[in-house]
Amino acid sequence: MSQLQAETPSGHRVAPETARPSVGDAGWRPVLKLGLLGGAIALYLCLTGIVPIFNPRALIAGLISLGEVALLTTGLGVGYLAARRAPDGPRRALLGATIAGAVAGAFLTALVLLGAAVDLRGIALHASPATYEILTFGFGIPGSWIPIVALGLAAALGGAIQVLPPRLQRPVTTGLMALLVVGLFAGIIRTPMLASPLTDQLGRLLFASEGLTLVGAIVTVVVVLGGQWLNRRLAVRRRGRELPQAQRRRLTLPVALIGLLFVLWLPQGVGSFFAQVVAVVTLYVLMAFGLNITLGLAGLLDLGFVAFFAVGAYTVGLLTSTGEYGIAQWPFWAAVPVAVVLAMLFGAFLGLPILGIRGDYLAIATLGFGEIIRILAGSDLLKPWLGGPRGVTSIPKPIEVTPDSFLAGPLQIYYIALAAAVVVAFVAIRLRDSRLGRAWIAIREDEDVAEAMGVNLVQTKLLAYMLGAAFAGLGGAIFSTLLGAIISSSVNLFVSINVAAIIIVGGMGSIPGVVGGSIFLIGIPELFREFSEYRFLFYGVALIAMMIYRPEGIWPSRIARRELHTTDALEPGDPTAVPATEMGKA
Amino acid sequence: MQVRLADRLTDLAIAAFLWAFRLSVVAIVVVGSFLTLTSGKYNVDTWTGLVITGLATGSVYALVALGYTMVYGILRMINFAHGEVFMVGGFAGYFAAVGLSSLGVLNAGPLASLLSILVMMVVAGAFSTLIALLVERVAYRPLRNAPRLIPLISAIGASFFLQYSVKGWAGPGVYAYPDVGVLNELVPIDFVRIQWKQVLVVTAALVMMAGLYVFVMRTKIGTAIRAVSEDKATAALMGIDVNRAIVTTFAVGAAMAGAAGVLFALMFRQINFFSGFEPGLKAFTAAVLGGIGNVPGAMLGGLFLGQVEAVGPTLFLDGLGVPGASGLAKAIAFTMLVLILVFRPSGLLGERISGQRA
Repeated sequence: MSQLQAETPSGHRVAPETARPSVGDAGWRPVLKLGLLGGAIALYLCLTGIVPIFNPRALIAGLISLGEVALLTTGLGVGYLAARRAPDGPRRALLGATIAGAVAGAFLTALVLLGAAVDLRGIALHASPATYEILTFGFGIPGSWIPIVALGLAAALGGAIQVLPPRLQRPVTTGLMALLVVGLFAGIIRTPMLASPLTDQLGRLLFASEGLTLVGAIVTVVVVLGGQWLNRRLAVRRRGRELPQAQRRRLTLPVALIGLLFVLWLPQGVGSFFAQVVAVVTLYVLMAFGLNITLGLAGLLDLGFVAFFAVGAYTVGLLTSTGEYGIAQWPFWAAVPVAVVLAMLFGAFLGLPILGIRGDYLAIATLGFGEIIRILAGSDLLKPWLGGPRGVTSIPKPIEVTPDSFLAGPLQIYYIALAAAVVVAFVAIRLRDSRLGRAWIAIREDEDVAEAMGVNLVQTKLLAYMLGAAFAGLGGAIFSTLLGAIISSSVNLFVSINVAAIIIVGGMGSIPGVVGGSIFLIGIPELFREFSEYRFLFYGVALIAMMIYRPEGIWPSRIARRELHTTDALEPGDPTAVPATEMGKA
Repeated sequence: MQVRLADRLTDLAIAAFLWAFRLSVVAIVVVGSFLTLTSGKYNVDTWTGLVITGLATGSVYALVALGYTMVYGILRMINFAHGEVFMVGGFAGYFAAVGLSSLGVLNAGPLASLLSILVMMVVAGAFSTLIALLVERVAYRPLRNAPRLIPLISAIGASFFLQYSVKGWAGPGVYAYPDVGVLNELVPIDFVRIQWKQVLVVTAALVMMAGLYVFVMRTKIGTAIRAVSEDKATAALMGIDVNRAIVTTFAVGAAMAGAAGVLFALMFRQINFFSGFEPGLKAFTAAVLGGIGNVPGAMLGGLFLGQVEAVGPTLFLDGLGVPGASGLAKAIAFTMLVLILVFRPSGLLGERISGQRA
């Protein structure tokens, strides 16, 4: 009997959840619940310092700051959800939204009043008068009622969006999103605009030193909405899809060329700080392509990616450095192949013992490896060779140029990383479509079945692991020249976590996913100090949210999308989609 | 046929490699210990000192490992955020201690100190439980039937979320734990040097572990937990509330981790937002060492790991002439982790629940 029971598939839900009561029954309870939840979130945003630290950056100069946006967005979201759960009828929905927002705001009022009575700074760093000033929009204790009104209004707006007819919903949300994005990047767009006399005036009109001007905000909304309207009228995308094959192919080349030119121009146009950021992002794109083979294709979660990054970085460092620990003073181009091969061998060495173990254990074992490498790199044991915490310094740049050349500084690293990323992406795509790639995907889906079909598990996994290691080594090699030094503290767990998060958030096995994930997860925190402070907080939220709502990632590969959403996978208009039955024959 | 031969050869090569790996580890341990012991650099007092330190840290690892092992037993998932639950407990205990010391009771005589520490542990346990239940509700429950890797990634996310929430809340600095004077005094016995805090930590851990054992073996909900660990579907058919059993498991594990957070901080006297990561990973090692899913195994594993970590660097590495051996203590713990996962993933005591591991 127990034998039989043990074989019941563990896949089915054991304790079925009771069906949700329909909207009408619940009355105002869900509204109140959402208000309480919103209040908890708003308190969290204040006490972990997100509101006070984001506050100095203006979104629309003189009008609204990023910290206030964080709070008001909470209100907006609460209102939007509350309007959906409130009793029927638009007027009651709006009322429900406002109540939910006001309840959330009441939490903040309570915080301000409590903070005025007792000094809370002993238990929470950010429960300070400065935070209270932000919450009351500068009115202090007498204005402690302000959060209730502010969040209530924001929630009412959120409720209004929910109540609006769908035809209007979309433009409003797009407009708000556009304001957020353009306002955030205003400073970066402004710099190149001011540099040229042609656009100088326009730049000053639209953008303040941080954030949009009021004129800029209006222009942004008008332009974005106009663009959306035009897009819908012209139906560019649909027409593009309906074009005959030959014409479409003729269009591809110019589009690709424009894209290429943009990518090449990018760091030149935007100042040296931004160029450094772009170089780092590209480096992560390169490494993410590497881990994409291990994690995205073969499904091996490798949290010790940094070990191979370290091997690559230290190899290039030791071979090319002109400083204390340099041993050969080779040129960069000779050292890179050695670094890649060494990283690959190291991957084989580490991979052989651990690849037999199961997925979640493998993740922890690789994490252990990463930590061991980090400790060894900074230890006294290897200090005579690796320099301990002070590391290997004076690593020359790959291409020797005069300081005023256009290749000086991080720019050449950007181009090298870009070229390497393209090569790695090409290799990854070709491998994905090869016999080996299909074996990897088979292992990812089900090891036992794959083995039964004749896939040699250890060999196949080992190849994935070694290739991932090789690309990590390449990333490390380029990284060491970007900084000009490799120190033990830059070989840390966060390199592994960054790369893994890029792939998980962007979409396993997907190339746009890797690029988008890198820009989003590496670029934004590197550009904005506020974000870098809370980088891993956002990673945490993003990882949980992705696993719950969208395990295939934001920009999933076509295969992953088809696997996870079988019903809507085959769009009739998508000629590239292969019916699942034909996939087996390929 | 030729392909098969190649496969056989690689498999053979891999086996040979693994044996070489195993033998070299054994060789390092044996030769290192021999050389250290014969060198006569250390006397008996040094060794007993190390063993006692190992006992104290080991019992904290054991407490935390219990949480890993129980959650694994019931859900088959690695609760990566458990180390952070431990850290949060340390912080809650810190704030309680600051409150108590401002009331003047923390150092008002041995009994007051003892009661204060008890209060700190209760506060920490309660707060950790709250956090763990939140994490379970938000990050784990929706993923209960997903493939293994997905809840693990979610747990890693939860771990980072908790770490950096605490960093935002309390700042990145290191907090020095308030000093409890009595704990630093020596126990008045002649033959070993032992501090009261080491006695406290070991005793508290033993009491909690005994309590847990009784809870799991003798109470109704403990029986329910064991039943759900064996087979969720059958347990549900027998009228057991599976959800409640799972939530209780998280709560009990978290309460012990929170209390352990206070004990750990009392020993090492400092905490910051990242101080749960390493003990967490080590406690996980301890859980695997004892056979994950196995409650007595986790206790043994914790104590064993504590000893290896305390005695190991000196015993194995010093004799080999490795400089800065004690700095490599962390590396030793992680090496243990990898070795155990590679060579005996079922742990020293074997996994209690068999047949369900893929």
